[in-house]
Amino acid sequence: MEIESISSAEIEHRESDGIEVLRIASQHPIPDPDDWLDENIKRNVIFTTVDAALNWARKTSLWPVTAFTACCTFEFIGASSSRFDIARFGMEVLRASPRQADLLVCAGTLTWKMAPQIKRLYDQMAEPKWTIAMGACAISGGIFHDSYSVVPGYNHIVPIDVYIPGCPPRPETLLAGIEKLRRKIEKESISKPR
Amino acid sequence: MTTAVDYNDLVALLQKQFGKGFTPATDYVEMPAALIAQVAEYMKNTLRFDFFDMVTAVDYSDHFEIVYRLQSIQNNSLASFKIKCSKNTSVPSLANLWLGANFQEREIYDLFGIEFTGHPNLKRIVLWDGFEGHPLCKDFKGKVYDTAN
Ligand code: SF4
Repeated sequence: MEIESISSAEIEHRESDGIEVLRIASQHPIPDPDDWLDENIKRNVIFTTVDAALNWARKTSLWPVTAFTACCTFEFIGASSSRFDIARFGMEVLRASPRQADLLVCAGTLTWKMAPQIKRLYDQMAEPKWTIAMGACAISGGIFHDSYSVVPGYNHIVPIDVYIPGCPPRPETLLAGIEKLRRKIEKESISKPR
Repeated sequence: MTTAVDYNDLVALLQKQFGKGFTPATDYVEMPAALIAQVAEYMKNTLRFDFFDMVTAVDYSDHFEIVYRLQSIQNNSLASFKIKCSKNTSVPSLANLWLGANFQEREIYDLFGIEFTGHPNLKRIVLWDGFEGHPLCKDFKGKVYDTAN
């Protein structure tokens, strides 16, 4: 390979040419416009109703209480793990305390012996609160509806907002029910307390 | 693997101790209800059946059958017994021999109404106090809630 032979004077010359070109081109500072500073204010002023804002906040952060009574629970667990991912609905925070929860997912057969505890949990939840009856047992007692020990439907114990049929309902069905509940919450108004 | 004892041998042994009345079957020994307390003690203390596997009951409408299953962890063997008892009689409790019998006898008392004499804490376990009747009995009719009305 041929190597170009350059004299040291030529190297100096090329360097000074380069510096001179950059110096002439850099007479003014590059502008850094500051109009982005008030951008947040522009983006964050919105006009809406109290109802719309509250309902939006409530429906997108339903926190379920950890209180499940039978086999339907496993479909809820399935729905809350990564494959179905109820975190998409702001619901992944299952609360161990009813004080921090606003959704009671009634999943499973409820016995009369367990009923007082469920009622107590529901009573301890702070308003506003919602309930979903998940599965045949929660709706009507299901296959155990005439049993000596089973409550024939959670709606004998707590008021129910949405019923989800199935034995058990698949996670997709549960998500559809949750979506129904969100549509219901959207229509609520603080002027008409539940 | 835990294997069942030879029931013919066991019956021979029991007959020597307690007299006639024991009948061997393929996988259990049928025996008189009156002897259950002595036999249980003998099984535990002499034959080293140190683990109370289970007790359950069956309602045959005119009488109850109670089924016991004992295990010996030391000898890796198990033995089953069946006793018949007429309705409204009581059966001696084994809860003082094996603690494991405590809850299971309460469950039988709860669901069948069979009384276990000498039980330290005989009360309902799966249903609540005040529940009427014993729901696993064939003649149980009651429902807490009738969906027809
Ligand atoms: S509806 Fe079916 S799956 Fe759900 S709790 Fe009842 S029996 Fe179990």
